[in-house]
Amino acid sequence: MCKDNAQTTQLDTWKEVEAFAKRTLPPHVVEFIEEAQREPHPESKLIKVLQLVQEHYGYLGKTQMDAVAQLMQIPTAKVSGVATFYHYFRLVPRGKYMIRICLGTACYVKGAERVVEKLKEELGIHFGETTKDGLFSLEGTRCLGCCGLAPVVEINGEVFGQVTPDKIPAILEHYSEKTD
Amino acid sequence: MSKVKEKYDLILKKAEEYRKSLNYTEKIRIRVGSATCEHAAGSTTVYEEFRKHIESSGRKDILLEKTGCTGRCSCEPIVGIFVPGKFPIKYQLVNREKVHKIFIEHVLNGKIVKEYVLDQAPDSCKYHVLMCDGSGCGGALESGIRFIFEMKLEEVGFTQQDVLLTSIGCLGFCTNLEKSLSSAQILVRPDNVIYKIRTAKDVEEIIENHFRNGKIVERLMVKDRPISQRFYNLYGDVAFFNKQTRVALRNAGVINPENIYDYIHYKGFLALSEVLEKNDPDWVIEQIKISKLRGRGGGGFPTGIKWESAKKQKSEEKYIICNADEGDPGAFMDRSMLESDPFSIVEGMIIGGFAIGATKGYFYIRAEYPLAVERIENAIRECRKHNILGNNILGSEFNFDLEVRLGAGAFVCGEETALIHSIEGERGQPRVRPPYPTESGLWSKPTVINNVETFANVPPIIVYGAEWFREIGTDRSGGTKVFALAGKINKTGLVEVPMGTTLRKIVYDIGGGVAGGKRAKAIQTGGPAGGCIPEKYFDTSVDFDTLSKLGSIMGSGGMIVLDEDDCMVDVAKFYMEFCQDESCGKCTPCREGTKRILEILKRITEGKSTEADLDKLERLAKLVKRTSLCGLGKAAPNPVLSTLTYFKEEYIAHVKDKKCPAKRCRSLIHYEIDQGKCVGCTMCAKNCPVNCISGSRKEPHVIDTLRCIKCGRCFEVCRFKAVMKI
Repeated sequence: MCKDNAQTTQLDTWKEVEAFAKRTLPPHVVEFIEEAQREPHPESKLIKVLQLVQEHYGYLGKTQMDAVAQLMQIPTAKVSGVATFYHYFRLVPRGKYMIRICLGTACYVKGAERVVEKLKEELGIHFGETTKDGLFSLEGTRCLGCCGLAPVVEINGEVFGQVTPDKIPAILEHYSEKTD
Repeated sequence: MSKVKEKYDLILKKAEEYRKSLNYTEKIRIRVGSATCEHAAGSTTVYEEFRKHIESSGRKDILLEKTGCTGRCSCEPIVGIFVPGKFPIKYQLVNREKVHKIFIEHVLNGKIVKEYVLDQAPDSCKYHVLMCDGSGCGGALESGIRFIFEMKLEEVGFTQQDVLLTSIGCLGFCTNLEKSLSSAQILVRPDNVIYKIRTAKDVEEIIENHFRNGKIVERLMVKDRPISQRFYNLYGDVAFFNKQTRVALRNAGVINPENIYDYIHYKGFLALSEVLEKNDPDWVIEQIKISKLRGRGGGGFPTGIKWESAKKQKSEEKYIICNADEGDPGAFMDRSMLESDPFSIVEGMIIGGFAIGATKGYFYIRAEYPLAVERIENAIRECRKHNILGNNILGSEFNFDLEVRLGAGAFVCGEETALIHSIEGERGQPRVRPPYPTESGLWSKPTVINNVETFANVPPIIVYGAEWFREIGTDRSGGTKVFALAGKINKTGLVEVPMGTTLRKIVYDIGGGVAGGKRAKAIQTGGPAGGCIPEKYFDTSVDFDTLSKLGSIMGSGGMIVLDEDDCMVDVAKFYMEFCQDESCGKCTPCREGTKRILEILKRITEGKSTEADLDKLERLAKLVKRTSLCGLGKAAPNPVLSTLTYFKEEYIAHVKDKKCPAKRCRSLIHYEIDQGKCVGCTMCAKNCPVNCISGSRKEPHVIDTLRCIKCGRCFEVCRFKAVMKI
């Protein structure tokens, strides 16, 4: 996927840099950037581009961010500035299943804290970490807007409502079995 | 006929033809709720299951449709079964098994499955009369019409099984009436007829002709179709809904959010066609000003004035932005509107764009709402297809287009200058105002930013009249407000009520009171920027100004009900953790202040604080409030300050007595086993994760408090209530 030592490759001309950047990013992202360049304010699409890159790789690697900076002609400092500012972006690879537990108020008063503890205990990881087998990553998230179903846990886009600590093992098992 | 009118009629005709082709009047319709919350509750499986059932039944007269979410969250998935000429029936908490039963018994054999009906609404009556109690028109109660009705029904021997009377929020007629106390509007279900009643004779006539002989009394019938008719006809039997007044949410759960023709049928884009036909931006702004619509995002700035100041700017390019970066934990009304009625927000934005002279609009939606993004993008595509977006909209001179931009999870981007930076592709940090965005906003051009709900209110203001809208609300603020009711409440969900409704009405009449029969302690309004309002102020009428007087804010409308088990210091700490984490770090008071406030709060909840901390906390909170750059920092101390004002005794209990009255703060409690109650079932010992409970079978057990990690597991599993939290 991403090789950080690629940075050391000698790239002298813009053509080489451009070709390298295009090789690094998935074709649909390159296409999106090229289209953006033809419209006014192309630099404003940076967040969208980073979102596309993350959707593809699951995180933002340094090589990819450099390639985005080159192709969009935006300073690398700014690209990484944006990537580190927003919660949505991850700079390290994540597990196959992203477990996001809602930390909104409604979930909090309905006992999300205990669900968090149970998740951490079951998985043996903290927020922002990934299990050793690469299956699960854990993340606390802003309000998912399903307050009526609090507490809420989302796993790869699938939402589980009224989760209690007791339900956690079954939910996790459902996913770990999927891969077998 | 003008060109715009011609074009609009053409689209309307198309919509009606489409609906005709579906043959609604002869078909049974099954409508399954479809929104993020509904999906989470399992509505996609339910939809699939109904599809399979219809397929295998071989029936061609059953239609399966999607609709948005009505906002009765804790009962989802909700499924409506509409049989022509019968009451619309809604089922709650539908799952795979229930689908089977509902389909066989109700859809195929016409027998309602009573035990699954939403909120156990009455269904056995022949006629259901909904009596408008809106403050605008006097109402059935005030005018005495309800009393006359009850008397006359009794005289002729009708019982509740024949005719059931229910008072409802507001049908939405208000301005069409001479305001008098001698008339009332009623909606008769399932015929979906509205009568205007003035005298006892009118009542007699309706009872005799309509209720006895099934003949509609044309003389008293109201021809207008008010805004809420459709909603009440569908949901008028549900107590949670019939006390609400639906304006912004008028189509939520009524239309199919993915179908533009459905929206057009319910007066969709009528407002836009009127605006474009008049071709006068000043008229639009005037209407918005008359309506007293105030920004629903929290600030409450008058929308008309904002639009006017943007219009005055001389610039080739202007922008209009819809702020759909709903980041407040506990607020989900914007998501619901985006998902359930996307076209109305698009329409509101086009009208706003026309009023200020913008050519381009942006939807700024948070990436955490994928379905909302999908529905808005679909709405934009459909609008472009029908010449409602693009060049020469509906044949007029007006060109306007919309684009969706996704937020990337930063709470501060709800602040308008930060939001602009985010659209520009920068870090979402706020800047000093003035200049306000209306002068210099996106790419330094005049820009108007409004909240989702604000835009949703614009089309009804144009269609039903600015005066009508103003009448619904209070002196200083027109219309309704949608609240997201959650926390320790029986009926969680979206509640839309006129401005000026009391908190008590929202919590008890609509929300059904506190869950588990406990006492409400406070309501937290406005999210992390708001405050906690104690129970003794529940009779306050809710408005931008009254809430800020109480030290809270309206915010975007989150309402979290807290009961006696919630520790106010802990709640304050929760919000401060949120604000501290979300502080963008640009200005020092917010960046450093929130961190120090949080440290003090942590000390208090851990029992490590001194009395001097309380004084320090208050001074620091006030300093941060006064000196922060943007709304986030200015409002971040609100939860602390309001709890310090109203719940000082709880802080003192934590600091002085090292006790948490609500028994929530872990460091300040411990668990003990009541030796008299313990029967020695060993349940607690088995479940203790650190094995700190000792005792043999049938003997009272003991917790080693030194090793106990206070996880509370023993407390939960004990069936004899022998474990005590002290």
